[in-house]
Amino acid sequence: MKEYTLPEIASQIRRDIIRMVTTAKSGHPGGSLSSTDFLTYLFFQEMDQTPETWRRDGKGQDMFFLSAGHLAPVLYAVLARRGYFPLSELGTLREYGSMLQGHPSVRNGMKGIEQAAGSLGQGLSVALGAALAKKMNNDGHTVFCLTGDGESEEGQIWEAAHFGAHHGIDNLIAFTDYNGQQIDGTTQDIAGFHKDLREKWLSFGWNCFEADGHDFDSIKLAFGKGKEARGSGKPVMILFRTVMGKGVDFMEGTNKWHGKAPSEEQCTAALGQLKETMGDY
Amino acid sequence: MKDYINQGNIDTRSGFGAGLLEAGQKNGNVVALCADLVGSLKMASFIKEFPERFFQCGIAEANMVGVAAGMALSGKIPFIGSFANFVTARVFDQVRQSIAYSECNVKIAASHAGVTLGEDGATHQTLEDIGMMRMLPGMVVLSPCDYNQTKAATLAAAEYEGPVYLRFGRPSMPNFTPVDDKFEIGKAIKMEEGSDVTILATGHLVWQSVLAAQALESEGVSIELINIATIKPLDEDSILESVAKTHCCVVAEEHEMYGGLGEMIAGLLARRDPVPMEQVAVNDRFGQSGTPVQLLEAYGLDAPHIVEAVRKVIHRK
Repeated sequence: MKEYTLPEIASQIRRDIIRMVTTAKSGHPGGSLSSTDFLTYLFFQEMDQTPETWRRDGKGQDMFFLSAGHLAPVLYAVLARRGYFPLSELGTLREYGSMLQGHPSVRNGMKGIEQAAGSLGQGLSVALGAALAKKMNNDGHTVFCLTGDGESEEGQIWEAAHFGAHHGIDNLIAFTDYNGQQIDGTTQDIAGFHKDLREKWLSFGWNCFEADGHDFDSIKLAFGKGKEARGSGKPVMILFRTVMGKGVDFMEGTNKWHGKAPSEEQCTAALGQLKETMGDY
Repeated sequence: MKDYINQGNIDTRSGFGAGLLEAGQKNGNVVALCADLVGSLKMASFIKEFPERFFQCGIAEANMVGVAAGMALSGKIPFIGSFANFVTARVFDQVRQSIAYSECNVKIAASHAGVTLGEDGATHQTLEDIGMMRMLPGMVVLSPCDYNQTKAATLAAAEYEGPVYLRFGRPSMPNFTPVDDKFEIGKAIKMEEGSDVTILATGHLVWQSVLAAQALESEGVSIELINIATIKPLDEDSILESVAKTHCCVVAEEHEMYGGLGEMIAGLLARRDPVPMEQVAVNDRFGQSGTPVQLLEAYGLDAPHIVEAVRKVIHRK
C-alpha cells in the first residue's frame, strides 16, 4: 500500500470535510479545516493508539479527547482515514441513524470516541480525570485534548486549568485551535482576552508553547516539547496558531464559515483547491 | 403496626460517609472527589484511610463532574460530593453531557437536600433536584430515608455499573431501619401492610409517614406504607399492586410538587390505574431560613400534614 505524506493525508482530509459538510447541508467546516494539520499529525505520527488496539478505557495506550465537539467533521475524517471505521461512513454525517452524529457520541459504537462533546468547555476536565486515573494506574501513556480558543471563554476551562496545575497532571497535553474566530466574530472582538492567551495559561501554572498549526515541523516540535514536559509537575497547553477555513481561499480567516455548509458550487470551487491524494470516499 | 425503634437521631449524610468508607475498603477502584465540603459530606474517614484516592477539587463543581467522568472511563468508581443544589442545578449540563449521555460510571453524592438543610436558606435548599436528575435518560435516583439506609444505598451505588444520583440530608433524624438491610436498587420497600390507603414516601418524609400512620392507626385507619428509596427506576409493580388494594394513595416527598416523585406516580396512575391521589410536597415555593422542624411544618411536610392528606384522599374514594 502506498505511503502518503502528512500534507497529502491532510489535503485528502480537507476534501473529506468539505464533501461531508456539503452533503449534510450543515456542520462546522471552518474549525475543522484549521484543526486538520495537527490532528493529522497526532493520529498518524504521534499517538500510541491504533484502530486495532483502541478501547474506551485507554488502557495501555494514549487517549484523545475532543472538547470542542463541533469539530466532529475533522475528527471523523481523521479517524476514517486512519482506519477506525469504513470510509463509506463519512457520507452519512448528520444523517438519521448514522454513527456520525452532529457532535460526537459514545452511543453508536464508533471507535476513537472517548466521550460525548458539543456543549463546550467540558472535555478538558474529562481529559484531566483520565490522565489522573492513568497516573493512579501507573500507566505511562499520554492524554491529549483539543479545545477551541472561543471555547476558552467557558469558565469550566479555567476551573480545569486550576485543577490540572494544582494536582500536577503532567501526563496531559492539551492544545488549542487558536484561529481567532468564533460564530459571532473574532475572539478578540467577542471576548477581548485572546491576545494574551499564552500568558493566561502560564499564569495558571501550565507549560505553554505556541506553534504554527499548519507547519508539520512546528507541530512535531511542539508535541515533542509537550512530551519532554513529563516530570515537570505541570500540564501542557500548546497554542496552535491557525487560520479558520485553512486550505479554501474563500473560507480562510473569517467567522462566516464557522458553522455553515457550502453550496454545491462552493463545494466544487473548494475541492478545486484541495488535491485529491488518497482517493475520495 | 410494627414498632419502629429509633436507634438514635443521626444525619443521613453520616450514613453516606460510613458507606463511602466501607465501599472504599471493599473496592480499590472507589475514589472520592469533593468541592470544598468534605466536613459537610462526612468524607473524613475515607480521606484518612485512602488519602491517595481522594481529590479535592475546590469550589469548582463543573470541573469536578468532568474529572470524575474521565476517571470513570479508566475504571475508577468516583463519588463526587457537594450540596444537592451544587451537584445538580449548578452543573446540570455537565452531568447531562459528561456523565449521563456519555454513560460514565459516576456516583453523585448530594447532601443537604430539601428544606431541612435549615438555616442557610433558599439558596442552598434545593427542591428541584429529583426532577432534574430523573429526567436524564439512564440516571438512577436513590433517596434513602435514614442513616442505615443511606449507608446501604451508598454501598449499592458503588456496586451498580452506571450513573447514580444519591440524595440525602443534613439534619439529625431518627435512624429506624434495620442495620443490615441490603439496599436493592429499583425495589420499593413495603413497611406496613394496610387496606385503606397507601402512603408512598421518600427520604426524610418516611419517618414523618411512620408518625402519621401511628396517629391514624389509633383512629382505625389501615395504612399501607411504602418507602420509595429508589425514585428511578420506579418500582411500578409494587405501587400498582398496592393501590389496586387500597384504591387511593398519598405521595410524600421533601421536594417541589412539580417534577418530583408525586408527579412520577401521578403519571403512572393516570396511565395504568387512575385512583385518587394527594401530594405532600412543597407547593411552588422557595425555601427559607429556619430549623428543620419549623420548615417541615411551615412547608406542609410533617406528619400532621400527611394525616390531613390521608383523610382527604380517603374521602375522595
